[in-house]
Amino acid sequence: MKLRKVTAATAAALVLALTATACGGDDDKGDTGSGGGDKIKVGIKFDQPGIGLKEPDGSFSGFDVDVATYVAKQLGYEPDKIEWVETKSADRETALARGDVKFIAASYSINDKRKAKVDFAGPYLLAHQDLLVKADSNIAKGTDLNGKNLCSVTGSTSAQNIKDTIAPKANLRENSGYSECIAALQSGAVDAVTTDDSILAGFAAQDKYEGQFKLAGLKLSNENYGIGVKKGDTATVNKINTALEKMVSDGAWDTAVKDNFGPAGYKNEPAPKIGDIVS
Amino acid sequence: MFDFLDGYDVLGAFWMTVKLTALSALGSLVWGTLLAAMRVSPVPLMRGFGTAYVNIVRNIPLTVIIVFTSLGLADIFGVTMGASDDFPLQGFRLAVLGLTAYTAAFVCEALRSGINTVPPGQAEAARAIGLSFSQVLGLVVLPQAFRSVIGPLANVLIALTKNTTVAAAIGVAEAASLMKTMIENEAQLLLIGAVFAFGFVVLTLPTGLALGWLSKRLAVKR
Repeated sequence: MKLRKVTAATAAALVLALTATACGGDDDKGDTGSGGGDKIKVGIKFDQPGIGLKEPDGSFSGFDVDVATYVAKQLGYEPDKIEWVETKSADRETALARGDVKFIAASYSINDKRKAKVDFAGPYLLAHQDLLVKADSNIAKGTDLNGKNLCSVTGSTSAQNIKDTIAPKANLRENSGYSECIAALQSGAVDAVTTDDSILAGFAAQDKYEGQFKLAGLKLSNENYGIGVKKGDTATVNKINTALEKMVSDGAWDTAVKDNFGPAGYKNEPAPKIGDIVS
Repeated sequence: MFDFLDGYDVLGAFWMTVKLTALSALGSLVWGTLLAAMRVSPVPLMRGFGTAYVNIVRNIPLTVIIVFTSLGLADIFGVTMGASDDFPLQGFRLAVLGLTAYTAAFVCEALRSGINTVPPGQAEAARAIGLSFSQVLGLVVLPQAFRSVIGPLANVLIALTKNTTVAAAIGVAEAASLMKTMIENEAQLLLIGAVFAFGFVVLTLPTGLALGWLSKRLAVKR
């Protein structure tokens, strides 16, 4: 009996080891493919509808995805040569420094402390901190938030901005993600959700929320979205800037904005000029 | 090199971690002891409840439990723990509730293993002199059981200390939440991560050493 158990365990271990090696083999093949120089790795968000979202079928959608696809094409990579990599906010600087990705388009606001760590091309979009409220809400200005319930993401600059300057008496609740905030807004637990208007527009434009929410249209801050590149890689920065200028001039930029933010009544700023940072 | 620490209340954030840990530890010790008593009680219904609770709660990821306290209990069922207008306080109390519910399952199992170290003859002898079930458990079995599981309980306490970081998901301003804020603002992942990792070692290492020493001193020699 004991011997049989041992045999069974060994067999199980062997099967596991074999499957594991099989996976390893597959990965290796994939790596040689991308290491051959014909693929490009691009960092985006995977969880922000309208900006960068991984769809259930494995495809990607959003404004950042459209911009990155266009830029990659100008750099000489067809869409099927792009390998999308998830770069969460906290990982962005490290991913660039290590060379995990060639560039990052992930609602990445240009600021001085980040500029010390990475180089930025762009900006390619001027977003503003804004509020998402119920369609029948009467919140019209920042100070209306005092005494109201407000939701944002733990540690985000938007949350800090509200606490420090705009409405210190607002009842701020911080959740781990925007989806949780949107759920709280839908159930009435909070009166408003705050972050960049582009991100909010992306959520509000989702089919399941259509018509329920509106953007308050407040310009509480200026967020200049740039494309992050490894520090010192000026050649790539210049190439991306040329690509972005071309994208604006041939109308692809406008189409991308309409496609991704349109249904939420998002009033976008005109395309920013390269290097023109609105503070 | 550490000038990025300026303007952030790192100690305050760790104090919040300590408060979360202490309250949840106290709560889970009480609730876990009750659960352990249920699991060894002669009443089938209580035994069933104890078993079901432990097996369900310890197999749900803590993040799910904590987020449920906020999105489910507070938003949908209106359970706000007496702090409906104050989200930071509400988040804190809900986090203590979630952490207590989760950790109690582990306390219960540690304690039950301690109960099993007490020779059955003692419980039989206690019953023979006419003690009731609660007297047998409270006067004879549990005091010995606790002394033999201080080591395992220390593990549970250390795990709880680190688990408090999950409370950042519902906006409790503890250490992990401040770490997120600082990384967002300062773009210094490794240094900031190292500072907070060190902070947790400072919290948990003395706990482990002190309770390890205590468990050696108090163990019942058989």
